[in-house]
Amino acid sequence: MLDHAISDETLLSVQNLSKHFPVYKGIIRHQVGVIKAVDGISFDIRKGETLGLVGESGCGKSTAGRTILRLYDATEGTITFGGQNVAELSGESLRRIRPRMQMIFQDPQACLNPRMTVSSIIAEPLDEHATVKGRAKQDRVSELLDAVGMNPRFANRYPHEFSGGQRQRIGIARALALDPDFIVCDEPIAALDVSIQAQVVNLLEELQSRLGLTYLFISHDLSMVRHIADRVAVMYLGKVVELADREQLYADPKHPYTRALLSAVPIPNPEVETKRTRIILKGDVPSPANPPKGCRFCTRCPEAIEKCHSVEPDWRKLGDGRHVACHLAE
Amino acid sequence: MTEQVTARAVAGGEAAEMGAHRSLWRDVWLQYRTHTGAVVGTFVFLFIVLGVIIGPFFHTTDPTYIDYRAKNTLHMFSCFYFSVPEAVENAGAWTTWSCFTDPAGFAELTAKRVKVSWTHPLGTDNYGRDTLAQLMAGGRVSLAVGVTAMALSIVLGALIGVLSGFFRWLDGPLMRLTDLFLALPILPLLLVMIMLFRETLRAAFGPEEGIFILVVSAIGITSWMQTARIVRGDVLSIKEREFVLAARSIGTRQHRIIGRHIFPNVLSPVMVSATLGLASAIITESALSFLGLGFPSDFPTWGRLLIDGRDFMDITPSRVIWPGLAISLTVLSVNYMGDGLRDALDPRIRGR
Repeated sequence: MLDHAISDETLLSVQNLSKHFPVYKGIIRHQVGVIKAVDGISFDIRKGETLGLVGESGCGKSTAGRTILRLYDATEGTITFGGQNVAELSGESLRRIRPRMQMIFQDPQACLNPRMTVSSIIAEPLDEHATVKGRAKQDRVSELLDAVGMNPRFANRYPHEFSGGQRQRIGIARALALDPDFIVCDEPIAALDVSIQAQVVNLLEELQSRLGLTYLFISHDLSMVRHIADRVAVMYLGKVVELADREQLYADPKHPYTRALLSAVPIPNPEVETKRTRIILKGDVPSPANPPKGCRFCTRCPEAIEKCHSVEPDWRKLGDGRHVACHLAE
Repeated sequence: MTEQVTARAVAGGEAAEMGAHRSLWRDVWLQYRTHTGAVVGTFVFLFIVLGVIIGPFFHTTDPTYIDYRAKNTLHMFSCFYFSVPEAVENAGAWTTWSCFTDPAGFAELTAKRVKVSWTHPLGTDNYGRDTLAQLMAGGRVSLAVGVTAMALSIVLGALIGVLSGFFRWLDGPLMRLTDLFLALPILPLLLVMIMLFRETLRAAFGPEEGIFILVVSAIGITSWMQTARIVRGDVLSIKEREFVLAARSIGTRQHRIIGRHIFPNVLSPVMVSATLGLASAIITESALSFLGLGFPSDFPTWGRLLIDGRDFMDITPSRVIWPGLAISLTVLSVNYMGDGLRDALDPRIRGR
């Protein structure tokens, strides 16, 4: 962890955010239900911090990230960023706030237009918001490439000429082009080799301390989140089940799902590793189109009690400042 | 594979000056030149285009002039396969060569009057009209109709395809419109269009220009549907790619997303449709002429020449060979040019 400054000022505040995708069926395509990809999540991100968002595949992590950036329209809830409710902005006012919130994508291959040169890819945000022109624009592109550790002389090449790690750096350079305050990193390392993963994560940390960035770091790599995040939110089936400081969460998880998730992380010490007991969850994740009554996790929870099947647990703040949604958590 | 490509790119890159600005069109041209088929195709196409434009200045015979005495003249290459009668052989050194140099004398010396003449190098039709002159005059019309109708159909098809693929609310209406046009029987539709608009357009633009506009628009608006469907399918898949999402997160306006990210990536199918469209436009025009709905009967086009020559195939087979060859060569060369251009515009293929 680098020594970047986290201020007390809240940069982004998400309240009760939901994103439901309608499901159409039949000849006349009538709506038969909704997929509750994100269902009422709330959290704050302070300026300069990294919030890790973890959970298994399909739990709504990426949808949450994209909804916050208004790549999807939120069904419900507010996203307060810089004093404005991003969920309600539209047209030109939304376009004006876009430069302050950027995204780094999972697939470095798919996130770069194969028919554009690196320089035009990185210059696209500059063109769109007409910040600099001509010579100054080229200088800015070189500066950005330099900032992500790439040779500025590569500017006139095409994405297919680069390796995965290099492409991800190009994606990062594009996200940085407009000096954003907040970056959603949507599994930026999932598609990379392990050796490259460390480079990219170190680059992200270095940029954070240099430029004072705030990250929402979406990942399913628990050890990487432990490395980079200041606080961690755990999602399950469209809900945040636990949100705590990194040390607290990894040392003493309160929610049974978090415990199960953390028990799956291998420990690089053979003696400890042999004694590690895994909590194996039974069954599959229920469909987000038809989530269980009561607690979302009750169908698979090893500790579920009667109440869990009927009453949905509140999003409670515990004494030590952490949040958890479980009836049993003390 | 990616690793390999990168390794090669880096190794090759060290030698080349990487800093210099690479102009897109220069790269495209360099790649285009390496495509043998495209280069040959370009030369053939240029030859045909220049031939029909400049040719009439050298071969000044009027394509509609009827030289009845010269009717059914054969083309000069016939000299190669004349069997020379005995009488001629005895008379001296009459050879294929002398047929070329003195066709009239050759004709006199042969027992049957075989007609070849340098006045009509490619022969004449059954009225004595010069085939070469007709081929050049017809080529001007056919190429103009083909290129214009193709351009119209591609613009329409690409526009409708991109709009219906990109805007969900336009998808339904535009695709049903496409289905509607596909379901229409084309020939009766053309008949009705020509019946309705021929006189009006003739009055407004003159007989030939009016028909030209009518034929071009008739072909154009009845052949865009395939392109529209292919383009729509491609747009649907490309707009879900992450680079489009990235452009939206930047705040790129929709028309720029279409112009910068969507359209360049659907260029390949558009290019293929375009090259195939040229061929079908030339052929549809000849079908219209055949039905007497296109240009007037004394106005030569390649399709018309082909159809007129059909009945005389046993006397003068060249009358179908020449226009047929012209159509095939044009279509083939344009196909190869399109192929080369498509490869040259794709940076992943370029430099390979």
